[in-house]
Formats: sequence, structure tokens, C-alpha cells
Amino acid sequence: MSQAEDRKFTINFGPQHPAAHGVLRLVMDLDGEIVERIDPHIGLLHRGTEKLIEHKTYLQSVPYFDRLDYVAPMNQEHAFALAVESMLGVSVPARGQYIRVLYSEIGRILSHLLNITTQAMDVGALTPPLWGFEEREKLMIFYERASGARLHAAYFRPGGVHQDLPQDLLDDIYAFCDPFLKVMDDIESLLTENRIFKQRNVDIGVVSHHDINNWGLTGVMARGSGLAWDLRKAQPYEVYADLDFDIPIGKNGDCYDRYLCRVEECRQSIRIMKQCLEQMPGGPVSSSDGKIVPPKRGEMKGSMEALIHHFKLYTEGYHVPAGEIYRAVEAPKGEFGVYLVADGSNKPYRCKIRAPGYAHLQALDYLSRDHMLADVSAILGSLDIVFGEVDR
Amino acid sequence: MTDQNQDLLNHLLNGISDKISDSSISHGDLTLIVTVDTVLDVLKYLRDDAACAFTQLLDVCGVDYPERSERFDVVYHLLSMTQNQRVRVKLSVDDKTAVPSATDLFDAASWFEREAFDLYGILFSGHPDLRRLLTDYGFEGHPLRKDFPLTGHVEVRWDDDEKRVVQEPVTLMQEFRDFDFVSPWEGVRGQMDVLPGDEKAEADVSDEA
Repeated sequence: MSQAEDRKFTINFGPQHPAAHGVLRLVMDLDGEIVERIDPHIGLLHRGTEKLIEHKTYLQSVPYFDRLDYVAPMNQEHAFALAVESMLGVSVPARGQYIRVLYSEIGRILSHLLNITTQAMDVGALTPPLWGFEEREKLMIFYERASGARLHAAYFRPGGVHQDLPQDLLDDIYAFCDPFLKVMDDIESLLTENRIFKQRNVDIGVVSHHDINNWGLTGVMARGSGLAWDLRKAQPYEVYADLDFDIPIGKNGDCYDRYLCRVEECRQSIRIMKQCLEQMPGGPVSSSDGKIVPPKRGEMKGSMEALIHHFKLYTEGYHVPAGEIYRAVEAPKGEFGVYLVADGSNKPYRCKIRAPGYAHLQALDYLSRDHMLADVSAILGSLDIVFGEVDR
Repeated sequence: MTDQNQDLLNHLLNGISDKISDSSISHGDLTLIVTVDTVLDVLKYLRDDAACAFTQLLDVCGVDYPERSERFDVVYHLLSMTQNQRVRVKLSVDDKTAVPSATDLFDAASWFEREAFDLYGILFSGHPDLRRLLTDYGFEGHPLRKDFPLTGHVEVRWDDDEKRVVQEPVTLMQEFRDFDFVSPWEGVRGQMDVLPGDEKAEADVSDEA
């Protein structure tokens, strides 16, 4: 046996490991400290979401989407809401659309803050998560004040959003925006020019344009390599077409450029949020179609029709005409799509969830080849995976 | 968007009309129906033709229709970032026939096909590594098939005597509740030909006769 063969061995990483960002098991073939092959074993968090949705009415399906990518819950609900609305032919009033955009961007910051800071922790920095999580806490309180839940919001429902936002909440979100930019500067001062952080991330996990196509990479994974692709610009939904914001793109497609993209996206999200708050129109937040959107509690006290609608919508639910549809949103991690097959009944016949993290994690084997063992956690961190959506 | 879909469809019908069995545009989505024999040619054409340039395979998934002889649909979603367009490619297949794997065209297909194999039992030929992906080690059955019960067949628990996780048949403490709220007073819709409960009334009549 030659000496080279001597040094080859297989190690097991996870399923419980702080750098695994959840329950991920990696079986790694190593040659010394060089990674030759990675076989990710996923599914440890598989809950059968798609099967469960087939047994629930459309409204009951909404909360399952919070439990996919649980660091940015409303962005997932958004894709489902868009799909169901398109099939029903329901339109969302302007205020509802602005609220959706506002909370989608809050979700984007929630997700990016978690990713930027925990990826830094994976490569050895302990302070960024403490600073970032303080801001996440404030954002989750905005979630709570809108929906009653810090994480599992069930707020974007087909037809609009569940409840209107009070003015003082909008004022508080506005007051959050500018100080947050200062916090981003502070976090950047810890990382962007940090020698260790750059040593661990620059030129690690380089993604080429061919890889983006071949592996179905979307979101920051594509933009980090200089591909200006963002569904908010390319296929605008809600009011994104009316808002002024930029799409940051990287140059080298390495972990460091993806980090820079995420930092800048947080700033752009603040820009979008401020525009939403400034332009926020009045009026209803959800469709006035009583056959789809449940009536307000006050109406039910006086209107027999509203009472019947309430009863029908919370027992039978509404029927969605037969057909199929694919709708996607630019979730913080990439393209989050919902492929919905309806059979005309009150339950989805099939609801396939296209999670960006699933496609990204698949590329881990390819991206990590010929890297050092320690780079795997840096690449894994910059892929931005959350097991809620990978395992479904 | 619909015009763009129509243009694309006309272009495809000029180029590979013999490989496309059927097509439709609904809700702004273009769907192409293909067969097991033509799917790879169509995917390759969609990827390589300059006017299509569907270079990204976003999703492959199965859909189960147990009442059909070819019970599964395999659905591919492609995205063209340069044309800013999407297309859906669909084929139907039974549980014995293997669908040629798209992994040679798109590496991204690998896990999506493994998932379809795992959850539906759809076979893919030429796939380099067709193992189960999402379900447990040693899992039996294909959970997203319509005839697979929502509760599953086995449940696991920690056995303190044996000091390991054991699998046992599912026992439900309470009967599984599946409420059917389909309205009896709004008329028959969709595929429901008989209202729930009506079959009993007709059975009674025949018993008396």
C-alpha cells in the first residue's frame, strides 16, 4: 500500500454539530485534510409537510410554510399565497401588498443577519452573532406585534394579510431603520476587513456561471458570482416594480463575495422598508371577496351573511378551481417556489415546495471538492441552508 | 407573459413538434406534455437552443394519480435567466417503467430525482446514485403516494430496556379524524360525484327491494 493511500479515510460530521446549521449528517471522504467527496445525509428533520398539506384546507396549509425556513417565515407563506391567489383570481389591495413587501424585507434581514453572523461564528468569530441577534430580536418583536407570533406568523394568507397594522407599529419600524444601518456598519467593522475572516472566506467555494446553471443555484448564490438575477426585479410581484432599490452582485463568486452581497442586501431591504412605510396607502389589507377572506369579528356580530361566511371558511374552506400553477418569490435564500395542483376541492391535491436550500446543499459536494476540511464549514455557512426547508 | 409563452410555444412547435405530445398555457405558465422516450430530447433542446436557453432546472417532482394506469406525473420546472421565462415539462409514467434521468443534462436533477424515487417510488434509469434521501434509514414504502396513510405504518420510540430506538406498528390512542366538510348544500363540485352519505341511502333501497 502506497503512502498516499494510507492517508485516506472517511469521517462522519454531525448530525449534531454547531456548524451544521441544523441536523445534517455529512459523510466525508478525506485524503489527509483534503476533501475528496461529501455525501450529505438529510431528512433528519423531514416532517412530511407536503403530505400534511394534501390533507388540510388551503387556509390550514399556511402555517406549514412558517415551519420551512423558520428564520424568515413570512417569505414562504408569500409564495403559497401568490399561488392560491392566482388560481382563484383574487387580487390584494394596495395596503396589503405594501405590508407584504414590508414584512418580506423584514424576513430578508432576519435571515441574512442570522446567516452573516453564524457563518462568521463557523469561521471563528464569536461577537457578530451576539450583535446580530440583538437586532433579530427587535425584528421578531415586529413580527409578534403584527401577527401575535415571533416565528410562526401565519400572517400572509391567500387574499391579503391577516390583520391591519396599527400606526404606532409602523412608526416603530420606521424608527428602527436608520439605527439599524449603523449596526450593520458595526457588524461590518468586525468582519469585512478582518484578516482571519478574509483568510477563511476569500477564494473559498467559488461558484462559476456554469455551476449556477448546472446546480440550479438562485438568490445570493447566483448574485455572488456576478449574475444579476433577482425575482423582485426580473419578475416583479406585489409592488416591487414601484419601489427603488438596487441588486448587489459579487464579482468572484466566493464565500466572501456572498457575505458582502448579504450585507448590502440588508441595507437595500431597509431602503425598501422605508419606501413602503412612506408610501403606505390606507384602505383594506385583504381582498373584499367574502368567499375567500373571512369577515372581521365586528361584521359577524351584525351580519348573518358574514356569520355564514365565517362558519364556511373555517370548516369547509374555499374551493380552488382545478389546475396547476408554479409561483416563486425571491426568498432570502433564493428562489422559493410552490407548485400547486388543485383538483377543484377544498384541499390541495399536490403542493410541491421548491426550497432554495435543497438545491444549494446538493452542490456542497461539488463546491467542497479539493478544499480543506476546515473550509467545509465556511462553505456550508455561506450556502445559507436551514433544515426546515431542506428536509420539509 | 402569455404572449411570450405563445411565442415560445410556436418556436418549439416549429423545432420539435414531433417530440411534444401536447401543450397548454394556463395562469401564465406554459406546460409541455412529453413522454418517457422524448423527455431528454426536449429538455436538451430547451437547454441548448439559443431562443430557449432554459439553462436552469429548478425542480423535478412527482404527482400521484392512483386511479390512472400510468399513475405518476413527473413534472420538471425550468427557468431561463436570459429570456426571463419559465416552462413546465410533464410526463406520465407507471410505477414499473423507468424515466431516463436528467442528471446528464443538469447535475441539479440528482437530488430531485432521488426525492421523487424516495417519496413516490418513481424509477429513474441512468441515475448515478438512486438512494433514498429524505426518509429514515431502512424506511419501507413511498410516503407521498395517495394510498400511503397519513399516519404512516410504523412509529418509533426509545426502548429503555434495550437501550435503542425500536420501531413498532402505529397504534393510535384516538381514532384518526379526517373531517370532510365538503358542503352538502352547495351542490356537487369537481370530482365528487356522490355526496358523502348518499351511497347509504341507495344501498337501503336495494336491500328492501
